[in-house]
Amino acid sequence: MDRERFMKLLPWISTPLLLIVTVVIWKLSTTVFEISPFVLPPPEAVAQTLLEFSRQPDTWLVHARITLVETVVGFGFALVTGVMVGAVLGRIFWLELAVRPLVVALQVIPKVALIPLFVIWFGFGITSKVIIAAILAFFPIMLNVLLGVRSVEPGHREVMRSLNANRWQTFSSLDFHSTLPYVFAGMEVGIVLALIGAIVGEYLGGNEGLGYMVVVSLNALDAPRLFAVIILLAGLGWLLFFAVNGIKRLMIPWHESVIETGIS
Amino acid sequence: MPELELVGVEKIFETKRATTHALTTINLTIEREEFIAIIGQSGCGKTTLLRILAGLVKPSEGAVRAEGRSLWDGAVLDTETVNKLGIVFQDPNLFPWYSVEDNIALPLKLRGVDRKTRRARAHELCDLVGLTGFERAYPRELSGGMRQRTAIARALSYRPAVLLLDEPFGALDAMTRERMNLELQSIAAATRATVVLVTHSINEAVFLADRIVLLSPRPGRIRSITRVPFPRPRELDLETQPEFQNIARELRHELDEDA
Ligand SMILES: Nc1ncnc2c1ncn2[C@@H]1O[C@H](COP(=O)(O)OP(=O)(O)OP(=O)(O)O)[C@@H](O)[C@H]1O
Ligand SMILES: [Mg+2]
Repeated sequence: MDRERFMKLLPWISTPLLLIVTVVIWKLSTTVFEISPFVLPPPEAVAQTLLEFSRQPDTWLVHARITLVETVVGFGFALVTGVMVGAVLGRIFWLELAVRPLVVALQVIPKVALIPLFVIWFGFGITSKVIIAAILAFFPIMLNVLLGVRSVEPGHREVMRSLNANRWQTFSSLDFHSTLPYVFAGMEVGIVLALIGAIVGEYLGGNEGLGYMVVVSLNALDAPRLFAVIILLAGLGWLLFFAVNGIKRLMIPWHESVIETGIS
Repeated sequence: MPELELVGVEKIFETKRATTHALTTINLTIEREEFIAIIGQSGCGKTTLLRILAGLVKPSEGAVRAEGRSLWDGAVLDTETVNKLGIVFQDPNLFPWYSVEDNIALPLKLRGVDRKTRRARAHELCDLVGLTGFERAYPRELSGGMRQRTAIARALSYRPAVLLLDEPFGALDAMTRERMNLELQSIAAATRATVVLVTHSINEAVFLADRIVLLSPRPGRIRSITRVPFPRPRELDLETQPEFQNIARELRHELDEDA
């Protein structure tokens, strides 16, 4: 087998192997080192809970759907506003200069610290979580778009100029395509942050969503269930990230981040 | 009527840091279907001269005319004239999101040519520049020389009357470069285009040009114009002939005096 084929297959071999190793170490920790099952439940207990989940999916599916909706809607808002604000700030230099201190100040605020505020303002329902998800996802998208709008190659601009292209043509043939990879870079970070926002929001208020299930399991000191919900959350994050990644692959097949091997 | 004309062209660049007198008293008349090479040491204003011909830079003084029409009316560029120019920059500047054929057909797309005609023309040009079979490839899948040929094909797509080339083969190895020189000669003959080629290779200039314009630096001005008498099509072994070498030696001598 040649090297290139091997490199392509490598992640598909290494990932299951690493998973198995993790589970083995996990199991050993519970048996050999005798860590309390309240702290670290044995893998089979977690598997048992997951099995129960799969037999009675009603409860967790409802919660998962709520977390999914919060994340996706929040992310959608962030995407639309992030692209618009990023594009405007990228194009209008004086405006960007004027709001830069504010943007930096907002950006360095640990935004999860604001979550209790949003819960007070927008209630314990889904709205406050959507807003939190949107705010967390907004910044990476906006900043990437801003950078992207400014990163159009001068040589490419000159080509369009030498061809007498008008504004719309320059946008549709050049700026749009040139900025798209930056939009997706922002989206890949943004979707993960949106999920984090939704979950932390659920931790702090309300009675629905997978984050809420985590809190309930914790209060009941039900470690296997806690682990199982965390695995569900990981699965949700994985699903969302690869949805964005898949759209990226479809939309910018020419880009460096898409070519080469599978996972990027 | 001459195809291109520069009359008393001056160019002064003013930046915060410095004022550069890039070109002075440039008078040059380029006939239809003529092949002009511009040589001169680095920084002497070759690119600036080409960009002035292309309408990308406005001269500080003097006039640029194409077929007797002034390129600039005040600060307004005569776009109709610019549409007759094809430019190949030093860097191929292909759009990575377009395939080879879409890159080549980009100027046609901007002109509102329909998709079918565009594709047909792109394939025709791929044949001309030796890119057959790579129509659907992305630029990143091409070698440097192939990218440069794609850029040339893009400039040829709308059949420009004038082809302006800025060191298009500067980044290529000597062998590829010789092959590209032969191709450029045959493309120029086939399309009957007027060509202005900026190069830093004396041999390339002597091999390809009807006339060689030698620029002296600081400020850039025309030091000499050398006529190259060899008939066409020219073969590569021309370079071994004494007459070729005499012209090349004379040019090198002049360049050394500038340095
Ligand atoms: N946009 C610009 N602004 C300011 N100065 C410029 C600009 N473009 C060129 N110059 C100056 O004009 C002079 C001529 O530059 P030009 O690029 O025409 O040289 P060149 O002959 O093409 O050099 P090379 O062989 O290295 O490409 C240089 O001194 C350069 O610094
Ligand atoms: Mg130059």
